[in-house]
Order: sequence, then C-alpha cells, then structure tokens
Amino acid sequence: MMAAELLRENFALQGRNFDKAGEVSSEIKVILRDLGIEATTVRRLVIVAFEGEMNVVMYADRGTLTLVLTDEDIRLEIVDEGPGIPDIDLAMQPGYSTASDELREMGFGFGMGLPNMKKNADEFRIESEVGKGTSVYVSIRLDANA
Amino acid sequence: MKLSEIRDILQAEVLTGEEDLAADVQQVVASDGMSEILAFAKSRELMITGLTNIQSIRTADIAGVSAVVYCRGKYPDRKVIEFARQKKIPVMVTRMVMFDICGILYARGLKGVS
Repeated sequence: MMAAELLRENFALQGRNFDKAGEVSSEIKVILRDLGIEATTVRRLVIVAFEGEMNVVMYADRGTLTLVLTDEDIRLEIVDEGPGIPDIDLAMQPGYSTASDELREMGFGFGMGLPNMKKNADEFRIESEVGKGTSVYVSIRLDANA
Repeated sequence: MKLSEIRDILQAEVLTGEEDLAADVQQVVASDGMSEILAFAKSRELMITGLTNIQSIRTADIAGVSAVVYCRGKYPDRKVIEFARQKKIPVMVTRMVMFDICGILYARGLKGVS
C-alpha cells in the first residue's frame, strides 16, 4: 500500500546567497517540531536539509527543496539548476571536494556534505547531469528513532 | 560543567545569552569546518570555532549545541550576535587559541564527541 501523504511544501533556494543560506532548513526544523515529530528524527532531517541547502547555495544557480511528510516517513527532494556532478562516486567520497578557498573560508567545502546527508538518511539517492543540475532524494523513516 | 564556569576558565566575554549560563555541558565539538560539527554533534554540546560568520550560528542552531565559543579573540559582526540572540544560543569570545581551549577543558573533564 502507498504511504499516505500528509504534507507537501516547496521552498525556493537561491544560489550564492550566503546570508539566507540555511533559512529554509531552520523553517523546516520549526515545522517538524511543531508537528510533534520525534527530536532525533527532526535533527537528522534538518542536517540533511541544511547540507543540501548549502550545496545549492555554494554550487548552483537556483534550486527547490520539497518537504514531504507521509504516515511512514519524511522525504526531502532537493533539485537544482547548476553545473551538475561529473563523477558521483567520487563526490560521495568523504573528503573529496571541488570547493574554492572562498567557500572553505566560510566553513564548508571539506568534502563532508554529501556523506553527511547519506549518513543521516534511511534512503539516499542522487542523480546528476553535467551542465543541467543535481537532484537528491532522501527519506527518513518516522519509526527509525521511536 | 556550567557555561558560567567555562566563561571564567576561558576568561571569555559573553556576547549574548548571559541569562542562560546556568546550562550544563559535558561534551565539546571543536572545528572551523561546519560539516564536521554537523557530523559529530549529537546535541547540547559546547561548540568551539574560529569561524565567526552567520553560518556558524546557523550550524549551531541546526546541530542543537548549547553554546558557541569563538577562539583567538575573533569577534563576530553585530548581525551574527543578533542572530544568535534570536536563536537563544549563548555566544562568548576568548583570546585563547583553540588548542589551549580544548586542552584546558579536557583537563577539567569535558570530552569530545566521537
């Protein structure tokens, strides 16, 4: 049986806007907490959202983050218009990064973002097309930390 | 260890959250890499960093740390302090370098997160 969808919200992400980077993730944290979702689940989901949001801000022109709550899990879909990732296996390796010194000085770009997202997810899928963009799909089960 | 004790030990100046220094911390995350803090913090740790931009507070909020200590005498912009105040995250700054801060707090019984 398909999981019943309880909530779906879209958030626009703006590339290169470092002042606003993380606002969507903070908003999601409040939404999930107000819904009474268990704290560890919220934490894992919000870390995934924040790393994903930072990736869009750092590398892409724009993107969309979609939050979906079902009766079984919480899902995030982060879809961007950007340069894409030529070698996903390499990008998933901890410590691998193409970030500039400027990005590293901001505390990001140490090659931990995508591995961090995968670590906190129960399901993780990434698709990318060079010159078009990258999409990341994540699911965290609601019963995982119950 | 109470945040107020940490303030005294590190001879730190409190920039915001003076009223919340009774909170107790047992563990510490220390890094200038925000992803490292996000990867290791479990919740309610003390966060020590030399990164004073808005992302440091955003990371502190997302990671759910108890307080932020800026090392090497680096002061954040006013908007960063204001953001921390909104998020109710105590922030202090000390002139000590990160190595010394970690050594001193470790010797007093605080531990890292692994």
